[in-house]
Amino acid sequence: MTSANKPAPDSEITLRVNGKPHTLHIDNRRTLLDLLREDLGLTGSKKGCDHGQCGACTVLADGRRVNSCLLLAVALDGSEITTVEGLGGDGEEPHPLQRAFLDRDAFQCGYCTPGQICSAIGMIAEAAAGHPSQVTDPATPSGRPVPLDRSEIRERLSGNLCRCGAYPRIVEAVEDVIR
Amino acid sequence: MKSFGYLRPDSVQEAVEAYAAHPGARYLAGGTNLVDLMKLGVERPAVLIDVGRLPLDTIEELPDGSLRAGATVRNSDLAADPRVRDRYPALSQALLAGASGQLRNAATTGGNLLQRTRCPYFQDLDKPCNKREPGSGCSALDGVHRDHAVLGHSPHCIATQPSDMAVALAALDAQVELYGTEGTRRLPAAEFHRLPGEHPERDTWIRPGELITGVLLPAGTAGVPSAYRKARDRASYAFALASVAVVLRVADGVVDQAGIAFGGLAHRPWRARHAELALLGAHATPAAFEGAVDLELMHAEPLRDNAYKVSLAHNLALDVLNRLAPAPAAA
Amino acid sequence: MTATSLGAPVERREGRQKVTGAARYAAEYHLPGRAHAWPVPAPVARGRVTAVDTSAALALPGVLAVLTPDDAPRLAEPEDATLAVLQGPDVPHRGWCVALAVAETLEAARAAARAVRVTCAAEPHDVGLDPGHRDAYEPKETNAGYPGRVEHGDPQAAFAAAEVRVDTVYRVPPLHNHPMEPHTSTAHWDGDRLTVYTSSQGGTTVRSVLAQLFRLPEDTITVVSEHVGGGFGSKGTPRPDVVLAAMAARHTGRPVTLAYPRRSLPTTVGHRAPTVQRLRLGAHTDGRLTAVLHETTTHTSRVKAFVEQAAVPARVMYAAPALLSSHRVVPLDVPSPSWMRAPGEAPGMYALESAMDELADALGMDPVELRVRNDPECEPGSGKPFSSRHLVECLREGARRFGWAERDPRPRSRTEGPLLIGTGVAAATYPAAAVPATASARALPDGTFAVRINATDIGTGARTVLAQVAADALAVPVDRVGTEIGHSDLPPAWLAGGSMGTASWGWAVHEACAELASRLAAHTGPLPADGIETRADTAGRADADSPYARHAFGAHFAEVAVDSVTGETRVRRLLGIYAAGRILNARTARSQFTGAMTMGLGMALTEGSTLDPAFGDFTETDLASYHVPAHADVPAIEADWIDEEDPHLNPMGSKGIGEIGIVGTAAALGNAVHHATGIRFRHLPLTPDRILTGLLAGG
Repeated sequence: MTSANKPAPDSEITLRVNGKPHTLHIDNRRTLLDLLREDLGLTGSKKGCDHGQCGACTVLADGRRVNSCLLLAVALDGSEITTVEGLGGDGEEPHPLQRAFLDRDAFQCGYCTPGQICSAIGMIAEAAAGHPSQVTDPATPSGRPVPLDRSEIRERLSGNLCRCGAYPRIVEAVEDVIR
Repeated sequence: MKSFGYLRPDSVQEAVEAYAAHPGARYLAGGTNLVDLMKLGVERPAVLIDVGRLPLDTIEELPDGSLRAGATVRNSDLAADPRVRDRYPALSQALLAGASGQLRNAATTGGNLLQRTRCPYFQDLDKPCNKREPGSGCSALDGVHRDHAVLGHSPHCIATQPSDMAVALAALDAQVELYGTEGTRRLPAAEFHRLPGEHPERDTWIRPGELITGVLLPAGTAGVPSAYRKARDRASYAFALASVAVVLRVADGVVDQAGIAFGGLAHRPWRARHAELALLGAHATPAAFEGAVDLELMHAEPLRDNAYKVSLAHNLALDVLNRLAPAPAAA
Repeated sequence: MTATSLGAPVERREGRQKVTGAARYAAEYHLPGRAHAWPVPAPVARGRVTAVDTSAALALPGVLAVLTPDDAPRLAEPEDATLAVLQGPDVPHRGWCVALAVAETLEAARAAARAVRVTCAAEPHDVGLDPGHRDAYEPKETNAGYPGRVEHGDPQAAFAAAEVRVDTVYRVPPLHNHPMEPHTSTAHWDGDRLTVYTSSQGGTTVRSVLAQLFRLPEDTITVVSEHVGGGFGSKGTPRPDVVLAAMAARHTGRPVTLAYPRRSLPTTVGHRAPTVQRLRLGAHTDGRLTAVLHETTTHTSRVKAFVEQAAVPARVMYAAPALLSSHRVVPLDVPSPSWMRAPGEAPGMYALESAMDELADALGMDPVELRVRNDPECEPGSGKPFSSRHLVECLREGARRFGWAERDPRPRSRTEGPLLIGTGVAAATYPAAAVPATASARALPDGTFAVRINATDIGTGARTVLAQVAADALAVPVDRVGTEIGHSDLPPAWLAGGSMGTASWGWAVHEACAELASRLAAHTGPLPADGIETRADTAGRADADSPYARHAFGAHFAEVAVDSVTGETRVRRLLGIYAAGRILNARTARSQFTGAMTMGLGMALTEGSTLDPAFGDFTETDLASYHVPAHADVPAIEADWIDEEDPHLNPMGSKGIGEIGIVGTAAALGNAVHHATGIRFRHLPLTPDRILTGLLAGG
């Protein structure tokens, strides 16, 4: 690995995406987002800013929500990726959070929506695992699940911008699935 | 973005050797700032050495009572660790005040320390910037600089260091652990970042090829009351206009331990040594706090459009100090 | 069940596609051999390109071409000069596109754009907006065709003679639309036939503009805008992305996608122009206005004259015997401004409604009552009667729901520890208009109906509400109506903009369906296999002059907490009550109202852009520095409406609702900040630096 030869500008990687393995030969510059959109045709993950400043590209990598626009695909060899297309499972029925977004009219233009949904799923898991947020009372005992009230949901989803201003409906949709 | 080679060494030693073997290499961990800057063309590495999977992802207690966080521990995991939350609350709070949930899941301890300024001129290749291109000039000096430094800046650079985490580490007397071809060394977190002086292109005292392997949180500040507070334009997901981390222990109404560091004011976390010195041994009263903070901020040299930062830092520090100080016992 | 579906909270038809990621946006058409383009922005604020060295870029792997002003396809001269891209060496502002890299991949395109060496001869530039600027002039017309100046009575004298006077200046900075989907187009030529998939608010205009620029018959061009990731005015008419993509596709013989980088949007797609607004209000001590003077100065670019019509709301809002509403504009070396949600009304009503609050303060009068007292009989600017005006009802209902009566009117009267709590009110208005459109409706033998119109859904729910309009006219359940929109093969219609989309499209859909209903009533026997189709064209009716002044109105109530430690202002509550004709879909209407209020929240508190005097472009170019509100900024926002019947609008009785929500929100928040702090801030946004500085100076 440490040979002085100039390493190649491209690589071969294997990713599992929505449960399916993909082996791809990629330009090292390829981000996970562009790999999903351009190589796999999974365009549900959106490019809003390409710099980690909007959250539209949010996916789950090994179960954790991340900005796929800032992750180099080459560094993810062997990872398990879940995108908005993979949330509903094999059946026709969408994921309960996708259903809640429909029920609450939690979107307008729809461009931030896949990122909001993936982010919310990751966020719910984080809270269950005891991860605090900026608004968690410091007196809350460490290591226990953090209850998600509205201010917790808002803070934890703040990495997902919505220019249509669907925020209140998104919070309601999240509340629907955690109740 | 320029084409680059990619290496993923299996050990710290291999990583350091790879760096030595490949001029123009950069270490890659979470990538949240490096990839961003590569897209902008600010960073143009020939080779990326991926250290993100090195076995530096644990938080362990050392025999002396200190806590060592590996360099690739993700920001969200460091913030959630019960030992960090319970013993070093300022650190957990600072981490949670930074970026977004997604970014904290990717960003690492080491990478957070090495993130670069968000000065808009630094990010724009069509504009002069001494930090990006030494000798080209500082566009912010007479430009749009509401967000820039009020302490320790130079005519060459008025950028601020953007990390929240680094501010808490500075106040907590943390040490940054480095590994390079000359072996391991440690630097106090408060002195890890440089002031710009005539060389704003150098953000830190790290040597070429050195790798951050971890951060040590000392026993001396473990369990001492601490807190972090940040002010910003938006309620979340925004960089600090100013912030403060305070570590404060008061015994019998007298300050016997104080660590204060400001963020958003300077090219490095600004450890308020003058204020701390004034506080040590003093009665923990609002007046004493105010006097100490003023003693520190009298050194501020605000620019045309950012004098508000001095007042903001003053208010933030007093707020946190007064909150951490136990209410005086009833007579 | 068939009585009416208008007003029902029908779920969005494309919702399922959007929440599962199946909805396709303009960059997501993977045509075989598709290439990607990347723009190269001008590195000077004014001057001329003297050389473009493409050799390094072309040497990179995967690079197909670099278009430059020397070799790009020649276009016919566009009506909108911002579309004359790569047609000559002149640089009218920083960020102007001076070359376009095209490559096999996004990575190669980005690298190639970076490798292009552009040499410019720079000339001195000026981007500073100053009401006293020597080049300032009064335009004959503003944006949207309003007269630059309206003057009644003797406003100067009336103001001078007023018993109570307010004379203030408000500043609104440049603002950016920043829809979540950047401006994007995918273009493909098949011989002389052009197909574009474009993120636009209106494909009909895109087609006619492309036809003119590329000298093609319109019927050789197909424009598809199936899903659009927001626009807010900045995708109202074609922007350079669609022109450049078509040029690059023609030049390379490949399908080409150009998705504008986020950082290029501020200089490329238009912005809300900054305004400096002087407000003078004169009143009797009983609160009756005697003079309203609203004078605004704004900028435009050297490329085109766009005049933000900020003084226009003064012609609509309040009764006063003397009125002055006037505009001045300064052409500068700035990027071209354009439409941003409620152009004119949003900044203008911020100033007017802030001044009304100041007047209420000066009079010692409740700000709701002051507005009620000055509610006019007729539109002040035109003298026309209103087709409907229920501002007073909105104010009263909002006050009731908000608990306004319990408010202690004294500034700085309510604190919670270091937090200063305040409440504020402001009114809102927005024109209710329509333009001609065409539509077709077809009854099919299986009992379903197909409605076709080249409308665009930018997030409003157009597919859904048009199905409701159709179902209502046909008196059938809404699920039997299919709607096809977003494609230029469909009957042409105007864009989603000016809060006119639904009124204009719905009018044509209603007419086609009403006609179809009568045809069906007269029809006997089974329908032919391809059904029966009707077509409607509302020209002559939708654009007919009206004897009425037609506007929507609303009232905004806000509660804020200002942290005296940091100067941070956060919203606690926002309530909007609207009188906007008949609400056609309660679910999507509420989303539009609250969404626009959120943008108004940003305008008040977090969003600000700066023109850099030295470089001539905006300093805040990305979403890390230009702060659109995040989840944490947005508390409970409530929107509701009063039932309003207005027979003078359109067959549905509806007024546009996409923009009024932003109008007045910023003033309500600013007035709440004054109530909280006792300090009047007149320069948006109300960020901690300004608030803290004000608190320290004033209090």
